[in-house]
Amino acid sequence: MKPASSITRVFTALLVVCIIAIPLTARRLNDMRPHATLQDVLYIKSAKAARYVSLGYTGLAASIYWTRAVQYFGTKHIERDRRYELLEPLLTLATDLDPQLTVAYEFGSVFLSQPPPEGAGKPEAAVALVERGIQRNPNRWRLYYYLGFIHYSERKDYAAAAEAFERGSRVPGAHPFLRTIAAAARQKGGEYETARLLWTSIYETTEDKLIKKTALMRLAALRVDADITHVESLIRRYYEQFRQYPTRWNQLIAAGYLQGVPADPLGQPYKLMEGGRIEVADPDSLPFITKGLPPGRDADYVPPPKSQP
Amino acid sequence: MTSRLYHIAFNTFREAVRDRVLYNLVFFALLMVGSAPLFSTISIGLERIVLVNLGLTAITLFGVVIAIFIGIGLVSKEIEKRTLYTVLSRPVRRWEFIVGKYLGLAATLIVNAGFMALGLFAAVLFVQRSLGMQDTYILIALYFIVLQFLVIIAITLLFSSFSSPLLSAIFAFGVFVIGNFADDIRGFASLTEGVQRWLITAVSYMVPNFGSMNVVSQVAHGQGVALGLVAMNTLYAALYLLAALSGAILIFEKRNLK
Repeated sequence: MKPASSITRVFTALLVVCIIAIPLTARRLNDMRPHATLQDVLYIKSAKAARYVSLGYTGLAASIYWTRAVQYFGTKHIERDRRYELLEPLLTLATDLDPQLTVAYEFGSVFLSQPPPEGAGKPEAAVALVERGIQRNPNRWRLYYYLGFIHYSERKDYAAAAEAFERGSRVPGAHPFLRTIAAAARQKGGEYETARLLWTSIYETTEDKLIKKTALMRLAALRVDADITHVESLIRRYYEQFRQYPTRWNQLIAAGYLQGVPADPLGQPYKLMEGGRIEVADPDSLPFITKGLPPGRDADYVPPPKSQP
Repeated sequence: MTSRLYHIAFNTFREAVRDRVLYNLVFFALLMVGSAPLFSTISIGLERIVLVNLGLTAITLFGVVIAIFIGIGLVSKEIEKRTLYTVLSRPVRRWEFIVGKYLGLAATLIVNAGFMALGLFAAVLFVQRSLGMQDTYILIALYFIVLQFLVIIAITLLFSSFSSPLLSAIFAFGVFVIGNFADDIRGFASLTEGVQRWLITAVSYMVPNFGSMNVVSQVAHGQGVALGLVAMNTLYAALYLLAALSGAILIFEKRNLK
């Protein structure tokens, strides 16, 4: 075999070095401009213009805008940002370009409706988005389900929630649990069991990791609120019996009110504070809780962002 | 060697000028200066944004089209006209021929972009009546556009070293389009899992990331560009064009020209 010339060897070596260095440099570039795509996403704000620019390939353009909406939400979510200005226009663009993109109505409405920093805190916009989805896709029972869910969970409008679930249950092929949820929302709106039923169904039916995680956090928060309500009632009974608040869990256990030290869903024991008040050990790890928060910190408190490695 | 490279590059440049490539400059200048007064009628405060966006985008697209359509003929035309044999019969190495051709087309495009930039600045001056600090950022955007040209010429040369001119043009234009969506490909990767995710991520890092060299919108809004990004983009473009040129040279070295 003829030996390779020096030119071949030099350029082969150069090619190999460059091929190794290119992805590393590209990665570095990507880290240097993590938000560039997200800041630039709205060159085009109207679906009509986007349709022209995409040369009619609206399905692909919609997928790109939906991907950008997810990235935008994900980035803001990690940063614990309270402002999600571009989320609504991005979702509108994606769904206007592809009206059958039901995933954008479903998950997009959850992203929009949740209170900041978990979401954009725009339940009315979320309702409008899903209603548009229903208008365009009347046979997708999941859309009614998400509509009812937003009415129930974020707007606390239990009658509207029940109506949405009932409308969904009439769609051919709808999941039977819609009837159960509709009845529960109608009869026991605002009760712990109904909320738990709703979030459990969300957890079990979604395949999206982020939504699953949110459902788990919501279920954990519901349990914390229910636990603390229950234990506070026990403390009140203890006070009526002994005319003083317990200062240690052992006192409640010794008096037969508790079997052991109560703990939150993360396994961390609740803290028994002065005056019979209860606090969770780490409120930052339990978003959505309304009880067990330290004094001066309400449910809307936003913890400082975690430092990035 | 330097003299040989210079002569090949200069001839390539001269040939491009003779091909009336630079006629697009007249068209561009007319487009920019002629349409500038129209921008004020679009919306209050949007004139500069629209003008800079339109100008820089036009410079990019004109340049890329020129880079691809001249780039595909750099080697094939020489073979077709049999002038390549005359060149290679002299003490000129094949790699020198490729690098010289590359430099010649790069010079053509840099001159082209420079003149178009003058047209753009004239239009900006017409609209604003003066130039400010924020207008200097346009130069950075122009620099990034030139980097894109340098990469796309190398890619076109690589394709034309083993493929027909038409296919080379399609491939090169395809890479340009995909490269502008590299961030989106990475976004798609983040929505998948396992091997699929790995593969899509690998593809997103292997295609040229033209998105990182696109700061048109940013400078249109008068925002600056970090020097770190300028340095990293320069390094990235250098690596990419060196890889593509090396590939082209290696293929051309092995090619049977008989």
